[in-house]
Amino acid sequence: MEIALSVNGREIVRDVEPQELLLDFLRDSLALTGAKRSCDVQVCGACTVLLDGLPVSSCCFLAADAAGSEVTTIEGLAERPEFERLEEIFTRHAALQCGFCTPGMLLTVKALLEDGELESKEEIKRSLAGNLCRCTGYRGILEAVAELAAVE
Amino acid sequence: MTTTVRETATRTQIGRSQPRRDAREKLRGEAEFVGDLLVPRMLHGKVLRSPIAHGRIVSIDTSAAEKIPGVVCILTGADLRDLDPYYGHAIKDRPIIAIDKVRFHGEQVAAVAAETPAAAAAAVEAIVAEYEELPVVATVTDAVADGAPLVNEGDARPGLFHGLGELPPRDGNVCYRYRIDRGELEAVFARAEIVVEGVYSFPAVYQYAMETHTVIAQVEVEEITVWATCQHPFLVRAEIADLFHVPVASVRIVVPYLGGGFGSKSYTKMEPLTVALARKAGRPVRIQNRVAESMVTTRRHNMHCRMRTAATADGRLLARDVECLFDTGAYADNGPRVVATAGDAAPGPYRWAAYRVDASCVYTNLAPAGSYRAFGAAHLQWIGESQVDEVARRAGADPLEVRRQNLLTPGEEVRPGGKPLDADLVGDVEKVAAAVGWGEEKPPLVGRGVSVGLLAAGAHPVSSAVCRLEADGRVIVLVGTTELGQGPRTAFAQIAAEEIGVEPDHVTVRGADTRFTPYDRSTGASRSTTIAGLAVQRAAADVRAQLEAIAGTTEIESSELLGLMRKHFGFAGGELIGRGEVAPLGTGSYAEGPVFWEVCVGAAEIEVDPETGFVHLRRTATAADVGRAINPQLVERQDEGATLQGIGNALFEEMVYEDGLLLNDTLLDYRVPSFEDLPDEMTCVIVENADGPGPYGAKGCGEGALAAVPAAIVNALADAGVPMSELPLTPERVWRRIQELKKEGKWVQ
Repeated sequence: MEIALSVNGREIVRDVEPQELLLDFLRDSLALTGAKRSCDVQVCGACTVLLDGLPVSSCCFLAADAAGSEVTTIEGLAERPEFERLEEIFTRHAALQCGFCTPGMLLTVKALLEDGELESKEEIKRSLAGNLCRCTGYRGILEAVAELAAVE
Repeated sequence: MTTTVRETATRTQIGRSQPRRDAREKLRGEAEFVGDLLVPRMLHGKVLRSPIAHGRIVSIDTSAAEKIPGVVCILTGADLRDLDPYYGHAIKDRPIIAIDKVRFHGEQVAAVAAETPAAAAAAVEAIVAEYEELPVVATVTDAVADGAPLVNEGDARPGLFHGLGELPPRDGNVCYRYRIDRGELEAVFARAEIVVEGVYSFPAVYQYAMETHTVIAQVEVEEITVWATCQHPFLVRAEIADLFHVPVASVRIVVPYLGGGFGSKSYTKMEPLTVALARKAGRPVRIQNRVAESMVTTRRHNMHCRMRTAATADGRLLARDVECLFDTGAYADNGPRVVATAGDAAPGPYRWAAYRVDASCVYTNLAPAGSYRAFGAAHLQWIGESQVDEVARRAGADPLEVRRQNLLTPGEEVRPGGKPLDADLVGDVEKVAAAVGWGEEKPPLVGRGVSVGLLAAGAHPVSSAVCRLEADGRVIVLVGTTELGQGPRTAFAQIAAEEIGVEPDHVTVRGADTRFTPYDRSTGASRSTTIAGLAVQRAAADVRAQLEAIAGTTEIESSELLGLMRKHFGFAGGELIGRGEVAPLGTGSYAEGPVFWEVCVGAAEIEVDPETGFVHLRRTATAADVGRAINPQLVERQDEGATLQGIGNALFEEMVYEDGLLLNDTLLDYRVPSFEDLPDEMTCVIVENADGPGPYGAKGCGEGALAAVPAAIVNALADAGVPMSELPLTPERVWRRIQELKKEGKWVQ
C-alpha cells in the first residue's frame, strides 16, 4: 500500500507492506539508522521517534499508521538549531557511553522539554523510565536533562 | 596550525575529563553499529532454534522451506562434514550448529539465508524438525548426582586459548574444577569460637547489551570478512581460521561501535554460524539476534554454594571453606575461567590461617553461560561478605572495624604464587563507608552495609599499538581495543597526546579491524586502559623519541613540529610511525597473575518496607581504585553504570527456568534497571594511589562495583534485620523471610 508522510520535514510517498513496522521502514527504506532495534516490545526506548511531536516506539508502530503524520528521527533533530544545546549539555555531562540508546533518549527528552512538564528530578526520572540505558547508570543523563529543563 | 608540543615531564592531558571523542557522532545517530551496515549482495539469515532442552534430532525436513520465494539456502549440521566443526576457546565442545543432538532450549538447529528478512523468517517456520526427547539435566545439583545423564560425551578437547593447564579426563558433567587448599583447615575450624555457615544460591542473569549479537559474514576465495559485535576480534579471528582451515591472515574481523557488551560479546558467539551460512550461500549474510536469541547465546552462570567462615570470639578471621557448583549450561564457553576467577575471589581479601576452595564448572541442559562483568567476584563476594558481617554481629563488633583488623595490606599474598595485593583496601572501604553515613544514627528499618573484594583482572597481557604522526601534525592511533561505551578512544587520545605533545582532539582513534589494527588480546577484564593503554603510551613515546632525534634536542617548541617533519622527509608528506608492545613479564599464565587486582569495594544504605518486602536504596557508594584516573568523568560513568547493573542483579534480575526451558525471555518479563531505580544518592569515590601497572600508574575499573554493590545491599538488608541467602532480593522473597523471622521470634525492629 502507498503512504504519504513527512519525515524530518521532507514529504515522502512510498509503498509499504501492511504489516511493516515504522522502525523497519525508517531503517531499511529510508536508510535512517539512528533509530535502533533492541527489545521489540516497547520497553527499552531505543527505537523512539517523534510522531507529530510525540514519542512513539517505532518497533511497535505500523508504518501505515504514520501516513499523514510528521515523523522526526534523530537525523532530523540533529539538523535543528536547538540541537546544539542538547549536544553541548549531553557531551559535557558525559550523558552517553555506547550510544545505542542515545538517539531515542534525545527524542524523548526533546518532547518532554517541549511539553514543559519537567519540574523536578523525580519528574525527570518518571518521565524517562521508558528509555533504558545499560551503560551510564543514568546519573549523567539525569544531570544533563535537569540542566536542560532548568531543574535543581 | 595550533599544534603545541609540550615537555613530557609536565602532564597536562592526564587526569582531565576531556569530552568523549565519539559524543558528536553518537548524539547525532551517525555512529555505525553492525546492524546499520549494508554489504553489497547481502542476504538475511534467520535461525531455527530447538524448542526442547535435550533431545536427539530425528529428522530435519527443509523441502517446503526451500521452495519459499527468496530463500537462497538452508544450513544444517549435515553441511559441515568437511570440517571439524567444534569450537570453544576453553574447551572445543560446541558445534557450529546442532549435530545429531540438541543440548539446550534455543540451540541452533538450522539457519536460512534469504533475500529478505521476511522470506528467511517464513522459511524458518516451514522447516520441520523432529526430536526424540532425552532426560533433561536441569540443575547443577542434578548434574553432579550419581547416574546423571551426560550433557556432553567423549573426552574434552582443549580450545585454542584454554590457559587451564592440562585438562584432566572428563568427570561426569564437571568440565573443569579449580581448587585451592591452604593450611590446616579442619584444625583451625575445630578451635574457632565463631563459625558461620550457610547454603546460598545465585541466579542466572542476562547481560542485556542493548545492541543484540549481530554478525555479517562474507566468504571469498582470498579472505573471510566478518563484521561482528565482538569484544575480542583477534581471538574470534583465530577461531574462525581454525574452524574453516585458513590462515589467520585470511580472516578479517571488523568491529564498528558496539552497543554495550558487559562480557556478552566476549569470545566467539554467532560468528562461526554466520560464516558457515555465508559459505554455503556464496553471498554475504547478516544474522541479527532478537533479545530472546541473545538470552540463549550467553548469560551469567547461576551457582549453588556452600560456605563456612571461622573466627575468634573477638572477630579475628581464621578460616574459610567454599564449595561451589557453577552452571555453565550445555557448552563450556568461558565457564572454566569464570570458575577459576570465582575461586580466587572466594576467600576474600583477608589474612587467613587456612582456607579451601573447591569450585566446579558443570554442564547442564541450559543455554551456555559465559562472561558477565565482574564474573567470579560477583558470584562470591556477597556470600563471603555476608559471613564477615555475621562474624561481626556475633562478635559484637563494628563490621567496618572487623575489616580494618582483617583485610590484607599492600604487598601481602592474595593467592599462593600470584600477584601480591596492590591496593589500599582499608582506605577504600573507609571512604565508601563515610559516603553512606557510617556511624550516623539510623532510623528504624534502615540498614547500612559495606563490602570488600578483589577480582583477578587484566587477562593475558598482550597488546600492541601503532601511532602515526602525520605531516599536518595530526596523529592516528591504531589499536585493537573495541569501543563498547567504556571510552578507550577518548582515553587513548589523551595518552597519545600527552606523550607526543599535541592536543587530544588532534588524535584520531578508530575501531578494531584485524587487517589494519595490530594485535590486542581482548577488550574485557578491565584491561584496556591498563594494557592496551600502555601499548599506546609506548607507541606514542616512540614517535616522540623520533621527533627528538630529528630535532637533536628534547626541547621542541610547538611551532617547530611541522618544520621537523618537513626537514626529515624533504617535502610536505611522510609520517613518523611509532610502535608499542606489551608482553608478559613472566609467562603471563593465570597462576602467575593477575596483571592487577581490581578492587571491588562498595557501601549501601537501604530501607526495607516490612509490609511489602520492598527494598529502597537510599545511598550507594563505590570506590574506583584506579591508580590514576586518565579521565575522571569516564571513570565515574563506569562505576555508576556498574552500580545500576548491581542494583538490578541484587534486587530483581533473574532468568527463570522450568525443566530447562527459559520462561522469561522478553524485556517485559525480564526487568532491568530504569531511571526509577536510581538510588537517592550515588557516590563514586575515585582513589588515585598510582599503584597500577598501566600508564601513569593507572589500573582498570568498571567491573568491581558490580561485585561490590549487591554484596553491600545484602549486608545493609541484614543490618536492617533481614539476612538473605538467595538473590535476587525480590519483595516477595524479602517479605517471606520477614514472616519466617517473625515466626522464629527473630524480627527485631
